[in-house]
This record gives sequence, structure tokens and C-alpha cells, in this order.
Amino acid sequence: MAKLASILFSMMLVNNYVLVKFMGICPFLGVSKKLDSSVGMSVAVTFVMIMATAVTWPIYTYLLVPAELEYMNTISFILVIAALVQLVEIILKKFIPALHRSLGIYLPLITTNCAILGVTLLNVESGYTFVESLVASLGAGLGFLIAMVLFTGVRTTLEYAKPPKSFEGLPITLVAASLTAMSFMGFGGIIEGIFGKF
Amino acid sequence: MAKENKLNLVTKGLLKENPVLRLVLGTCPTLAVTTMASNGVGMGLAATFVLICSNIAISSLRKVIPDKVRIPAYITVIAGFVTVVQMLVKAFAPALDSALGVFLPLITVNCIILGRAEAFASKNSVLDSALDGLGMGLGFTLTLTLMGSIRELLGAGTIFGMVLTKNLFPPMSIMTSAPGGFFVFGCLMAAAVKLELANPSKLGDGNGCAGGCLGCPYANGAKPEVEQGGKA
Repeated sequence: MAKLASILFSMMLVNNYVLVKFMGICPFLGVSKKLDSSVGMSVAVTFVMIMATAVTWPIYTYLLVPAELEYMNTISFILVIAALVQLVEIILKKFIPALHRSLGIYLPLITTNCAILGVTLLNVESGYTFVESLVASLGAGLGFLIAMVLFTGVRTTLEYAKPPKSFEGLPITLVAASLTAMSFMGFGGIIEGIFGKF
Repeated sequence: MAKENKLNLVTKGLLKENPVLRLVLGTCPTLAVTTMASNGVGMGLAATFVLICSNIAISSLRKVIPDKVRIPAYITVIAGFVTVVQMLVKAFAPALDSALGVFLPLITVNCIILGRAEAFASKNSVLDSALDGLGMGLGFTLTLTLMGSIRELLGAGTIFGMVLTKNLFPPMSIMTSAPGGFFVFGCLMAAAVKLELANPSKLGDGNGCAGGCLGCPYANGAKPEVEQGGKA
């Protein structure tokens, strides 16, 4: 149990996918202008991350490893993710139209979000069990949510700032992201202190 | 003229349509692997190889691939070449493989490659697509190398492992960690904007932009405010 908690929190804070591992920067910069869109995107990402892990982990462990085809993981995982995103979209549209209306526009973008492929690849690489992989995906998704929501706040304030002309727009946003990332460096070592080292 | 066009296909990726600094594509590997200049070169060359190969393959298959399933088809082609690169790097440059880590397979979802497949290779001839891939790949490699050099110089006092300022003043190790990556990227992008603001006349020439895109403020080679001011 302590190990699961350790994985969850270290994925959320210490190894935050956006601010520490640099995955999923495109949506981080692209849809973090408004709070509702950044929350919507994060929830969709978390959902797809967990689903993708739930499908790719068994494929890797029970199909690719026995057949000694581990090097096929990139190809098979990206196909699974692309198919899964389509499937999720169809199912949501049919059964939960309200959720589809709020998440629908973000789903196609998720196929090429490197955080999703990154989570599934890193999960099998770190040798997690099935449950640990799912918890790691949940943590990664929640970490994405935290980073997005925090950064949306930073960006709303940034709107009122007057940077030098060449820094207007994305450059100053990246400098702000740098400061946000610096605050996440403070989490290093905390998780080991609370849950012990694994 | 035709020859000039071909040359332009290669050179436009270097600055005018630089995939990282101007089109803001492929930001994740740019930020993640540029802790050292040599990693930037390795990542850039790996991505260039995939970009050229996938552009050639997709361009030659552009009449065969049905429009509806083109994105999954492109991704499969790209993922295939990425697997090839992954195995080559593992076999011949194991140090680079461990330095790039998960970002090597993640070339699959690099927006530059899918973006060029969709925007260029699916509409142009095989040779043009290969040149476009080469140009974009070189632009990517150069930017990554530049950024890797800056971060390595500031963060470790070395470039490509050569000791430069390490003994003159203590290196700022924060530059090689996450915040430094965002910071250097932001500054580089501002520098690219500055270059463009300084030479506005250079924007519209060449065939990088046909002027067909109405929404683009740079279509006529002038800043929108200047243009409006001139008309008023």
C-alpha cells in the first residue's frame, strides 16, 4: 500500500510529467489559457492514460514478451492508443453525450500527446505490476491536471503583464513555465521522506 | 529557378520556417534532451532520419492511402521507422540510447513529423518531400544543438564535453534541469522573434509563403500595424 501511495505521489509531484519530464508540452502551452478547457483536457488525458495502460500492459506482458517481440512496443502501443481514443470517443458520444460534449474536442488531440505514449512505455520499462501501472497512470494524469490548473492561473495573471516586444506571447509564457517548474523542484526528496525509499 | 526552389525547400527549415522556434512543433524533445549539446545532435539526427524516410514513404504512397484512414496510416509508417532508428541507436550508440531514454520512441508522436507528413508529403512529389524532410530535420537538429550548447555551457561550463568556463566561474546547474530548459527555450524564441522584427523585409520573399493564407499577418512581408498605418 505504501508503495502504491509512493508511486502515486511521486508521479504527481516529483516526477511531474509536464514540468519535470517534459511530456505533453503541446497541450500544456496550447489549451492552458482558460480554466475550464485546461481542466477538460486534463481529465480527458487522465482517462485515456489509465485506459491505455490497462490495455497496453497486458499486451506487452502476455503477447509481446512471450513472443520476444519487445521491440515492437512503440508500434503496437501507438496503434492501440489511436484505436482506443477513437473507441472512447464513439462510446462517449453514444452513452454519455454530456461528457462527450465537454471532452470531445480534446480527444483527437490526445493521440499525438507524447505523455500518453510516454506513460505506457515507461510503465512497462520500470517493471511495474498491473496495479502499480494503473496507479502510476493515475498519478501522471493527476500531475498533469495540477500543472495545467496551476499554470492557467499564472497565465491569466500574465495577460496583464507588459513584457518586451520580442518576448510577447509564447516566449514570456515559457519563462513563466520555467518559474512554475522551479517550484516543482522543491518536491524532490519529500516522497522518500514520507513513504520511505523503494 | 527550379533549382532555386529545391534549394529553398531545404533552407526554409533553417530559420524562416524553423520547426521549433517559428512553428513551435516538437517542443517536448526540444526541452527534454537538450541538457547536453551532444544529446541535441543525436536527437536531431535521429528525428531527421525518421522525417526523411517517412516523408519519402508517405509521399510515394500518397495516392494509395485512403483519405479517411490517413492519420493512422501515417502514424504506423512513422512508428515503423522509429523502431528502426531505435534498434540502430541501441546497437551502435548505446550511450546515446540511455541519454535519450524514452524520448527516442517518442519521436513517433513528434508533431514535426506528423505535421510535415500531413502538410507537405501528402501533397508533393517524392523528391520535394525528401528535401523538405531534410531541411526541417536540419532546422530541428541545429536548434537542438544550439539549445544544448547554451544549456551545457551555462549549466556545466562545457560544450560537447570540452571544458570552457567551468574553472572561471561556478556553473549554474539549474540550467540543465527542467526550469532552465523552459527559460532557455523562451529566450531563444524571443531571439528568433527579434531577428524577424529587425528584418521585416525578409519575411515575404522566397516561396516559403505563397501569400495565399489570408489569416497570416506576415503574408505581405510587413507587420500588420505597419500595413494598416500605410493604408490609412
